[in-house]
Amino acid sequence: MSWVTKTLDSTLGRKLLMALTGLFLILFLVVHLAGNLQLLAGDGGDAFNVYAEGMAVNPLIRAVSILNFSFIALHVIYAILLSRHNKKARPVAYAVTNPSANSTWASRNMGILGTVIFIFILVHLRGFWYRLKFGTPEKVMIDGVEYKNAYIIVEEAFKNPIYSGFYVLSMIFLAFHLYHGFASAFQTVGLRHKKYTPLIQKVGIGFAILVPALFALIPIVMYIQSL
Amino acid sequence: MNLTLKIWRQQNHADKGGFRTYSITGISEDMSFLEMLDVLNEELTEKGEDPVHFDHDCREGICGTCSLFINGRPHGPKQTTTCQLHMRSFSDGDTITIEPWRAKSFPVLKDLMVDRGAFDRIIQAGGYVSVNTGGVPDANEIPIPKVIADEAFDAATCIACGACVAACKNASAMLFVSAKISQLALLPQGQVERRERAEKMIAQMDAEGFGACSNTGACSAECPKGIKQSNIARMNREYYAASVVTENV
Amino acid sequence: MKLDAKIPSGPLAEKWTKHKFNVKLVNPANKRKYEIIVVGTGLAGASAAASLAELGYNVKAFCFQDSPRRAHSIAAQGGINAAKNYQNDGDSIFRLFYDTIKGGDYRSREANVYRLAEVSVDIIDQCVAQGVPFAREYGGLLANRSFGGAQVSRTFYARGQTGQQLLLGAYSALSRQVANGKVKLYPRTEMMDLVLVDGKARGIVTRNLITGAIESHSGHAVLLCTGGYGNVFFLSTNAMGSNVTAAWRAHKKGAFFSNPCYTQIHPTCIPVSGDHQSKLTLMSESLRNDGRVWVPKTIEMAEKLRKKQIKPQDIKDEDRDYYLETKYPSFGNLVPRDVASRNAKYVCDEGRGVNETGEAVYLDFRDAILRDGEDLVRSKYGNLFDMYQQITGENPYKTPMMIYPAVHYTMGGLWVDYNLMTTVPGLYALGEANFSDHGANRLGASALMQGLADGYFVIPYTVGDYLANLSNEKVPVDHPEFKKSENEVKERIQKLLSINGTKSVDYYHKKLGKIVWNYCGMARTADGLIKAKAMIKELKAEFWSNVKILGTGEELNQTLEKAHRVADFIELGELMMDDALNRNESCGGHFREEYQTPEGEALRDDENYAYVASWEYKGEGVEEVLHKEELVFENVKLTQRSYK
Repeated sequence: MSWVTKTLDSTLGRKLLMALTGLFLILFLVVHLAGNLQLLAGDGGDAFNVYAEGMAVNPLIRAVSILNFSFIALHVIYAILLSRHNKKARPVAYAVTNPSANSTWASRNMGILGTVIFIFILVHLRGFWYRLKFGTPEKVMIDGVEYKNAYIIVEEAFKNPIYSGFYVLSMIFLAFHLYHGFASAFQTVGLRHKKYTPLIQKVGIGFAILVPALFALIPIVMYIQSL
Repeated sequence: MNLTLKIWRQQNHADKGGFRTYSITGISEDMSFLEMLDVLNEELTEKGEDPVHFDHDCREGICGTCSLFINGRPHGPKQTTTCQLHMRSFSDGDTITIEPWRAKSFPVLKDLMVDRGAFDRIIQAGGYVSVNTGGVPDANEIPIPKVIADEAFDAATCIACGACVAACKNASAMLFVSAKISQLALLPQGQVERRERAEKMIAQMDAEGFGACSNTGACSAECPKGIKQSNIARMNREYYAASVVTENV
Repeated sequence: MKLDAKIPSGPLAEKWTKHKFNVKLVNPANKRKYEIIVVGTGLAGASAAASLAELGYNVKAFCFQDSPRRAHSIAAQGGINAAKNYQNDGDSIFRLFYDTIKGGDYRSREANVYRLAEVSVDIIDQCVAQGVPFAREYGGLLANRSFGGAQVSRTFYARGQTGQQLLLGAYSALSRQVANGKVKLYPRTEMMDLVLVDGKARGIVTRNLITGAIESHSGHAVLLCTGGYGNVFFLSTNAMGSNVTAAWRAHKKGAFFSNPCYTQIHPTCIPVSGDHQSKLTLMSESLRNDGRVWVPKTIEMAEKLRKKQIKPQDIKDEDRDYYLETKYPSFGNLVPRDVASRNAKYVCDEGRGVNETGEAVYLDFRDAILRDGEDLVRSKYGNLFDMYQQITGENPYKTPMMIYPAVHYTMGGLWVDYNLMTTVPGLYALGEANFSDHGANRLGASALMQGLADGYFVIPYTVGDYLANLSNEKVPVDHPEFKKSENEVKERIQKLLSINGTKSVDYYHKKLGKIVWNYCGMARTADGLIKAKAMIKELKAEFWSNVKILGTGEELNQTLEKAHRVADFIELGELMMDDALNRNESCGGHFREEYQTPEGEALRDDENYAYVASWEYKGEGVEEVLHKEELVFENVKLTQRSYK
């Protein structure tokens, strides 16, 4: 399999891994958002709790979630590898640069954006996933079936304005990350076409605004509800 | 107009180098940027100071010899080569900072001159169609749709100046490499060696120590010949396909 | 010494075929035992180096640029001629041959020109096979245009960058041979001397431009593909580094220099804007297909234009003098380069020049834009218009372009025989560096053709003929002749550095350029040439006693590089005056005011001057000796060129 490692270890191969894992994570965001929006269903968290339980027990979802975690890890590891490689490619920096003349801020700072998002993910997992999985969450009865009350955990958490604020801020970083990352992933895998690329770019910008905005809406609404 | 110039001076590759500041007066706005430096060099020579060394040759924007990172941008504020940049793009009293291209693969030779031999070695790795002189078919036996020929031409106009590498935050040479891979991947003449070419040229590009692509588009935005980023996407496709398809294990 | 061009006997059309059969061949297994030195990597050099390496020879290729891809062939815009007759408009090898001979004002060798026309068709095939993206029609076949006053469409082109695309084709072939290990590249290396052993060219001495190291390279043959000497004028369309040094050093080692006074002044260049100017930029000749050349009818009006009191677009048609159209009704704005240039000079000399310096005429696209629309004009000339605007800051769609002639190409060069060998055995000259194919004036789109013809299709045959008779034994680089040359080069560098005078190299180069331009430019007179020669002699003495070069020879030193080149240009300048003075006639680019028809056209003297003037170097301070190669015309009738 030497050719596989050879290909994936080239600059292009590493970029391919970044793009493919990125595209998967974009898909994941959609699924995750669809589930989370149930927090705003106004049913005291029933729909969300049912959904959360479903996510935890369905073997297919569990498999995908393992894949998801490993893709996040790959995305991070390759980002570090590439950044180090890129840094070495210019050992002496310019004294004066004017990069805004030729590129967007987001495109040049995917590493910083990604780092913030990664910290967010850790905090996020510690706050919800870890407590749900390894803690002793309250139980709730819905239609005669017992569920872990994930909703309460979220509700509690977002009462804290700092916590909610951190969430909202992180989503802004995510927005910028997606603003460049969405179309960039298509470019890297080679999907570029005079007819479709303008559409991909527009969808990418729409996605980068809409998805983080909806994610951010949840803590905002829940915080306001808690007042 | 009168200007202040902050210029990188470096005696040779081993020297550490540093900025020197010069003031220059009476510059006409019809002068090209390099002619402005000619004036400075005449003055320096008169004073007995070593003139500023910089690469230049055709001074009509096609040979790709001239470089210079001017006020934070390769070839300065216009999307053209430094030799075609005119002083009317600057104003009286400006301070202009001039640096050499910065990349591990472009070592500084002296002052503002760098060694771009890495580009030649990448072409040597496969940037050609392997035909010997003579014994080729009649030129019109290979019909090529006009749109394809035009697109190949657009890629082929690369002048290998290195502005893409200089502009890229990663010092990546992808735009340069993709321009040649694209040209030959588009044309029927390039089909025979298409896969191997992509593999070899990219291997050489990596061996030279250029950075990876972050798709910032800075390369294309600064390219004096407007080589498009779509070439990089095509190169990526070529490379992935080559990795999967060729029998080179 | 009698010059023998070694032209094969027999009918014109069969000479080359016959010759190819008659030349001796080197056994394939023996080719690898020979080493060939190629100096210069432009169209001629790169194509020769690649083709010879493909045959199996070991090649060492040298260029002063940082990459072979940057040779100045890259700047050629318009196109390359080939007698393909793809357009069914009556072209043929004979017609291309005839046009080239006539265009050269009957001062080139029939056999060479015929061969050039013959192999022109192979060049296009070769370049297409390499992946050169020539312009195409919608059906996918190659497009052609008419160029430089030709009556047929035989010019192949790649937008306005034909030279670039052809050079990159040759460069790619060269790169392939570098990868194969058959060519060793020496970029940023300048040839400083030719080394002769037993009267044969056996190597060169070079200077590594980065380290300053003086090195010897031994070979069995030396090919000079070093381009022209247009920079003797200081201002020209040549690259800043283009120089005569390699050819000149070879000349001083015994290679005759032919027709140095034949220089081409291109009519459509961007005018000089001031003293700071370092080079001139050509605007493709194709612009004359749609642009109309004019100046105002009166000097008064021209003065107002110069002072910017009126705008050219406000001048009414009846006050405009479309002088080319009036004077040459059948060719109009498309007359050959020398004719167009000379007439621009005339109107400016009369005081009707239109820019601040009084040395510019208009090239107006107003009527083309009215007729075809701005979009069509943009699609044809967009990149040229942009370039013009970039340089001048004026918009040529709104206001007419200003143009003036500038030095562009040199037809003269090292004398070569039919095999492209100079008078030094084993030393060849290819492309613009030789004198052979363009006579006294080169037609548009012929330079690319000649460079590639020489490199791809002539030298691979003819060099074998020489090597087959030469032992493959190598001359070691510690041979006394190499050591002697190395020492001479080192001494010369030391001498230049030790002058430590007060004036820069450019100062002398500019002075030389002005002299040559004023006295040996578009029009020459005996008096002027004599005067100029004295001035150059004086300049030479001053240069060698007062030039200021800083730094040392053991480092990257651009001033020192330039100094070598300028020193050689000065000597060449002197020879140009001799040559122009000797040629008591007007022909092509050489226009002696004393010899003109009543209408002011060039007046040839075929009886006395139908020869190649070849000059032999006789030593420092000694007048060069003229040798004549009589030109024999068996296939064309010599007529007065008429474009009326």
